Amino acid sequence: MLDIARTLVWRDLLLALRRRSDIATALLFFIIVASLFPLGVGAEPNLLRAIAPGVIWVAALLSSMLSLGRLFAGDYADGTLEQLMLGAAPLGVVVAAKSFAHWVVSGLPLVLIAPVIALQYDVAAPLYGVLALSLLLGTPVLSIIGAIGAALTLGLRGGGVLLSLLVLPLYVPVLILGAGAVDMAAAGLSPAGQLELLAAMLIMAAAFAPWAVAAALRISAE
Amino acid sequence: MTTHSIKWFWFASPHTFYPLAGAIARICAALALVFGIAGAYVAFFVAPTDAQQGEVYRIIFIHVPAAWMSMFIYVVIAFWSALGLAMQTRLSAMMARALAPTGALFTFIALWTGSLWGKPTWGTWWVWDARLTSELILLFLYFGFMALQAAIDDRRRADRAGALLAIVGVVNIPIIYYSVQWWNTLHQGASVSFTRAPSMAATMLTGMLLVALAFWMYSIAVALTRVRCEIAEAQ
Repeated sequence: MLDIARTLVWRDLLLALRRRSDIATALLFFIIVASLFPLGVGAEPNLLRAIAPGVIWVAALLSSMLSLGRLFAGDYADGTLEQLMLGAAPLGVVVAAKSFAHWVVSGLPLVLIAPVIALQYDVAAPLYGVLALSLLLGTPVLSIIGAIGAALTLGLRGGGVLLSLLVLPLYVPVLILGAGAVDMAAAGLSPAGQLELLAAMLIMAAAFAPWAVAAALRISAE
Repeated sequence: MTTHSIKWFWFASPHTFYPLAGAIARICAALALVFGIAGAYVAFFVAPTDAQQGEVYRIIFIHVPAAWMSMFIYVVIAFWSALGLAMQTRLSAMMARALAPTGALFTFIALWTGSLWGKPTWGTWWVWDARLTSELILLFLYFGFMALQAAIDDRRRADRAGALLAIVGVVNIPIIYYSVQWWNTLHQGASVSFTRAPSMAATMLTGMLLVALAFWMYSIAVALTRVRCEIAEAQ
């Protein structure tokens, strides 16, 4: 079972590597959205410092959501998904592996680039670690929960916009906890509470969401 | 025991449920009218004017029951969805589908009357209070549920996809509610407190309960009428 998961992760990563522009687009989107805010609200350093965690997190939310459409669409179109559903491996494991690969491609780059954005927003250096850690714990949750929406909207017309309507309300807790952790640290308090809750959400989502995604895939692909 | 379960499932068939739904819908519509008039009478003529807020407080006679209904209907939708997924009954999915617009309507009414009440009382149409925010997110969840069902042409797939989304949503509602509440206390001080006078006048409670009953009856009547349309369309 683990072999299958490893093979799937490797396959998805290889596919992503062959189409590098897909990774780059999501990452560029993240950077551009984050760069638009100072142009909109003004370059006042205190203001930027105050909105930085929220802006970075909202940009991460949108960027991760944009790439969700690709999670199952390719496999659905060429019939791979059907084979995976017929295969011996439990569909939940397949989904977990694919979500993990999706996170490595779309979430992990955000974790690595976020401190640079924080630099642009004049965020104090000690906060970079908290920001990266909150994204490290939070973005996998986005991938797993988003997979439910991606599976439900598989093959629908206007799937992209619909996907955002389904998924964004479910992202609210992650946004609150993620941006809240950085806010707490900026206020000189310990962000441990928020980070621990994020970790708890990650564990819960990783344990239960893949089965919901599996059910959704069976509904969509039958 | 078996005869009992057969009785239970007798009305699970849309065909047998159709006349029953019509009868219940008529009774509930009549009751909604009765309770609505009684509730309006208590709200406008019996309940005393509030010492601090004046007449404007009377909006809670609509606001609070609507907020109750908005949350309760989502749970009912999730219940029918779970039943529909587990038992493969068509009628459950029809009930879930029929309840969604009513739930969204009550959510909207709760938000709207809340902001009408907030303007004279707090001096602002909207505050990012935990309850307002989570009610707003609840409205988005309703819209998501309806949009997903509307986007899928295949009826069976639409029903089952909507059911799954409703169940995922109902699991998330407590998480969303508590995270929003926490976010609220973190970001702003207790500028607005929802706590009303500790001892609510008995007449006010009566009025609110009457309106709540009227909303219940209205919801049942409308949902069942909608289910009848669904059944007629499916036949």
